[in-house]
Amino acid sequence: MNASLRNSVAIVGVGEGPLGQTGMSALGLHAEAADLALADAGLSKHDIDGLLMVRAWEMPQLMPSAVFAEYYGLRPSYSNALALGGATPCAMVAHAAMAIQAGLCRRVLAIQASNRATLGRDAAVSVLSEIVGHPELENPYEPMIPALYALVAQRYMHEYRATTEDLAAVAVLCRENAARTPYALMKKPIGVEDVLNSKMVASPLHLLDCCLANDFAAAVIVTSADDATNYPRPPAYLLGYGEGHTHEHISEAPSLTTFGCVDSGKRAFAMAGLGPGDVDIAQLYDCFTITVLIELEDLGFCRKGEAAGLVDSGAVSREGYLPINTNGGMLSATTGGMFHVTEAVRQLRGEAGDRQIDKANVCLVHGNGGILSTHTTLLLGRNRV
Amino acid sequence: MAEADIERFAAPETREYWRAAAEGRLLVQKCQDCGAVQFFSWVSCIECSSSRLGWIEASGRGKVYSFTVIHRAPKPELRDKVPYVLALVQLDEGVRMMSNIVECDPQAVHIDMPVRVIFEPGSVGVVLPKFRPV
Repeated sequence: MNASLRNSVAIVGVGEGPLGQTGMSALGLHAEAADLALADAGLSKHDIDGLLMVRAWEMPQLMPSAVFAEYYGLRPSYSNALALGGATPCAMVAHAAMAIQAGLCRRVLAIQASNRATLGRDAAVSVLSEIVGHPELENPYEPMIPALYALVAQRYMHEYRATTEDLAAVAVLCRENAARTPYALMKKPIGVEDVLNSKMVASPLHLLDCCLANDFAAAVIVTSADDATNYPRPPAYLLGYGEGHTHEHISEAPSLTTFGCVDSGKRAFAMAGLGPGDVDIAQLYDCFTITVLIELEDLGFCRKGEAAGLVDSGAVSREGYLPINTNGGMLSATTGGMFHVTEAVRQLRGEAGDRQIDKANVCLVHGNGGILSTHTTLLLGRNRV
Repeated sequence: MAEADIERFAAPETREYWRAAAEGRLLVQKCQDCGAVQFFSWVSCIECSSSRLGWIEASGRGKVYSFTVIHRAPKPELRDKVPYVLALVQLDEGVRMMSNIVECDPQAVHIDMPVRVIFEPGSVGVVLPKFRPV
């Protein structure tokens, strides 16, 4: 029996839920996204027997998936909340595939949601300052997440002669794409100067180099590939998946310029029997502008140090040969890596409206968690490979 | 800093490190089997997996490997501290550690800047190794 996940499952339902300052509870947001995904797939709750969620600070309970299943009215045969930070959305699709292949369930509802804006910045800062940096060897020095990523950006700029303009160009590109996305939160056009003039958070990262921090909710429904054509909308097949993990704390990262994405990308491509040249669209985790440059290189779309040139050439704009972050990404549309997954599906289905890319057969989605600590790469396709 | 404070703050694996910091000494771990040096107090050598790890005193000298000037206070109580410098320092012994660069204009900090360790009380009641320009 072939244990590979290639062609094993497909995403047949997508829900993109409330965004912004919603005033909702975390559970309520999860439920909204779930309702939307079920409706998109033409299903009801009774049709779902698998549940996956993202372990996140906004829901501190020990068993978030049990809490949500109770809230929403599910009694799943497979249930868990996975914990890879921002890399979890891609991982949920692969874990859904494993559970379905193992016969533990038939249809998995996978959700990512957060009410961080409603809970407020002080709550976020207070919790995150306890749980992100190393409690003894980092936190006493008063770091914060943008500063930890800034350490990466600073070293990257030093080693590859990149500039703050190179970082800003990523933010500008995402904002251009967001203008065509109905649900995007930030659509006002910006230029490189606007990014550089925005408040400095932790050098070299300005406010506009950092992703949004809104409430959000998104969900997908995964079923076996053989079942995938029984639904209203075209399926998005899982072609490949890989992970790469090198550290938790940035102080222990083996490198500040190249990360586990090298391995996650290689493993995903190997599973799919594809290479970077086969990718039509890439949704790259953009918690900060620097991560996009690093991911473009480490995933093999260009050589190390050449991502800024790739962006500058227009190759990754919507008119280029490798459009990235087609909905505007976390930098301009909405935070939450799950939206990179849903956007990939929308593009593969031909449902992306004004932002539809013509050539949309293979889409790569990359997620990163922690401080470039955990990496997951997912390849989705309009057809099986 | 009292032993009770160290026990409250530090895991058993790192208490030796914090006792030394309170005495103005910077310790790193050295494998007694292969000689590799590491900073985080692991329970085994990251090179050879031996569990025979000891502590050695570092020279206290190093270079800035990366840094950032923090402008936006992460917590309200840090509002009068910004801007301050968070850095990764590469010690001469070959390991990297996080710290602050102090006694220096933040704008003067640069990668490869030579630094040496000093010890300052931190806000959490421990003595912290920090670095100043040489």
